[in-house]
Amino acid sequence: MSAPTLPVTTPAERPEVHPDLRLATRRPRRRRRLVLGGLAAVLFAAFAVRVLLGDYTFTIPDFFRILFGEQIPVSTFILMETKLPRAVLAVLVGVALGAAGSLFQMLLRNPLASPDIVGVSLGASAAGIFALLTLGLRDGAVSVFAVVGAVVISAVVRWVAGTTGGYRLVLVGVGVAAAMTSVIQYLLARSNTWDVQLALRWLVGSLNNVPWSTIGMLAGALVVLLPTLAYLARSLEVLELGDEAAAGLGTGRHRTDVLLLVGVLLTAVAVAAAGPVAFVAFMSGPIARALMGGRHSLVAGALVGAVLMLLADYTAAYLIPDVVLPVGIVTGAVGGPFLLWLLARGAATGRTG
Amino acid sequence: MTDSTSRLRTDALILGYGDRTVVEEVSVAIPDGKVTVVVGPNACGKSTLLKGLARLVRPRGGAVLLDGQEIHARPTKEVAKVLGLLPQNPIAPEGVVVADLVGRGRHPHQGVFTRWTAEDRVAVEEAMVLTDTYELADRAVDELSGGQRQRVWIAMALAQGTDLLLLDEPTTYLDVAHQVEMLDLLVELNARRGTTIVMVLHDLNLSARYADHLVALHAGRIVAEGTPAEVVTEEVVRSVFGLDNRVIQDPVSHTPMVVPVGRHQPRTPSVPTAPSTPADQENR
Repeated sequence: MSAPTLPVTTPAERPEVHPDLRLATRRPRRRRRLVLGGLAAVLFAAFAVRVLLGDYTFTIPDFFRILFGEQIPVSTFILMETKLPRAVLAVLVGVALGAAGSLFQMLLRNPLASPDIVGVSLGASAAGIFALLTLGLRDGAVSVFAVVGAVVISAVVRWVAGTTGGYRLVLVGVGVAAAMTSVIQYLLARSNTWDVQLALRWLVGSLNNVPWSTIGMLAGALVVLLPTLAYLARSLEVLELGDEAAAGLGTGRHRTDVLLLVGVLLTAVAVAAAGPVAFVAFMSGPIARALMGGRHSLVAGALVGAVLMLLADYTAAYLIPDVVLPVGIVTGAVGGPFLLWLLARGAATGRTG
Repeated sequence: MTDSTSRLRTDALILGYGDRTVVEEVSVAIPDGKVTVVVGPNACGKSTLLKGLARLVRPRGGAVLLDGQEIHARPTKEVAKVLGLLPQNPIAPEGVVVADLVGRGRHPHQGVFTRWTAEDRVAVEEAMVLTDTYELADRAVDELSGGQRQRVWIAMALAQGTDLLLLDEPTTYLDVAHQVEMLDLLVELNARRGTTIVMVLHDLNLSARYADHLVALHAGRIVAEGTPAEVVTEEVVRSVFGLDNRVIQDPVSHTPMVVPVGRHQPRTPSVPTAPSTPADQENR
């Protein structure tokens, strides 16, 4: 006869009864504030470093003087036509991809199910380059094609994978992504105007030579999409509990699809501006979650995405002297090992990763 | 049965997935303020029926009526203020603390701009006190034991503050002590708050003990319905589960108790590893 093992509850360090429930959630809330504040500070610092330092440094007074219209030979051009647009674009693209990636991973409960892995980015890219090279369209029309392409590809992936989500969707998405890569390569190979910068942008993603007008369009799209996401994101706290629990709590069955559509659009507008920058959407979510103690957070994901883009762009610009690499090569080089690490950790098979 | 009213009922309800029909023209009225338990063998459609009642599965035919209205015709958020559901495998997000999770039960009561009201706080506190989870408030859900976690989920469902609560096998993965604890808790809630409870259970004897109203399902159809004494009979158990059995009185609760008659019995303890002899099998 063994001794009866009675309560399963572990009485060790059982907390006292709380006078107010808000106290119970105080620690997670404090951590959240701390992490978001810290990320914002890091983002600000990375932005300042990207703009002010590098092969051509600016003083802070000079920076503001140029920003407010003063013409300083060479300096004005370097700041306003290369450094500043690159930094602003990096932040916008990073925010869009980081938020979209975190959203996908959260809704589909799989860290591999980010838009850059399941074919959304490459779908946008393939449609964009089709419009550019085959149809001869420019600027806004190309962006529209990229967005439509991303939506169509996502719909195909979702339809083939079924509504169960998760692993099947990842497998289908990886297949579609491979097909899209070959479409892009085919279109580039067939075109008679071989522009290396252009090819690199649509293949790996690049911030080089992106005009202010394109950056403005991306900013405009985000001004619409991010508030929409913030409005809809409230149901995420319920959708996290599983489809059935969410339905029981009165969340409509289409809410997941609507949120995924917002994620697809965020990805598409980012790709339309800078190409399919590899792995930023994929890496932001897990990094943000590690910082938040395991919790999903779209805001943290977006901030991490922006920081990643700035750091990657800085590295791409100054890693090899006199060569400005496309930013996607750096994110790809970092993202590949990150993917392997995630797989090796076994997180990819976990329920939430 | 006829003297009780039913806010939730089905009318010739047909449910299915793909080309498979799982529930065939079931008409059932859930008595208000009572504990109704749906029992039946595996794949008899009991979980599907519960999901149908919770508007999670769209009817192929017939209807689910809540307060006389077709449930799918009402806004889902409005339904969620009246009807709660605890699914079989809800997902606890990683790192979430108990108070946060229970608070999510208030979702249907919160608008876009009205976030957290005093009413929400009171509902959450009450739910946590009733389920004895208050002192776990700041613990991470993923580090709780199975029994504690299940109590937290029930607290979340209670915080929703609904008059009807549906539970899909709330005792799975729990050992027998925690199963009894869970069912005691639900019956107490029913008694204190008058919450109508509908649940799917596997254990026939616990069902007979805790149910006011039993619904026995077989191959998508209702085979028997009524009080445990009416439903748990040797004939019904034989026809529903295909199990040879005896029904005796539960010595504790005086409800019917099913004693299965297997093919191999009794196993004599003196020959622990010997295969069963013909004499064993001869006993029916």
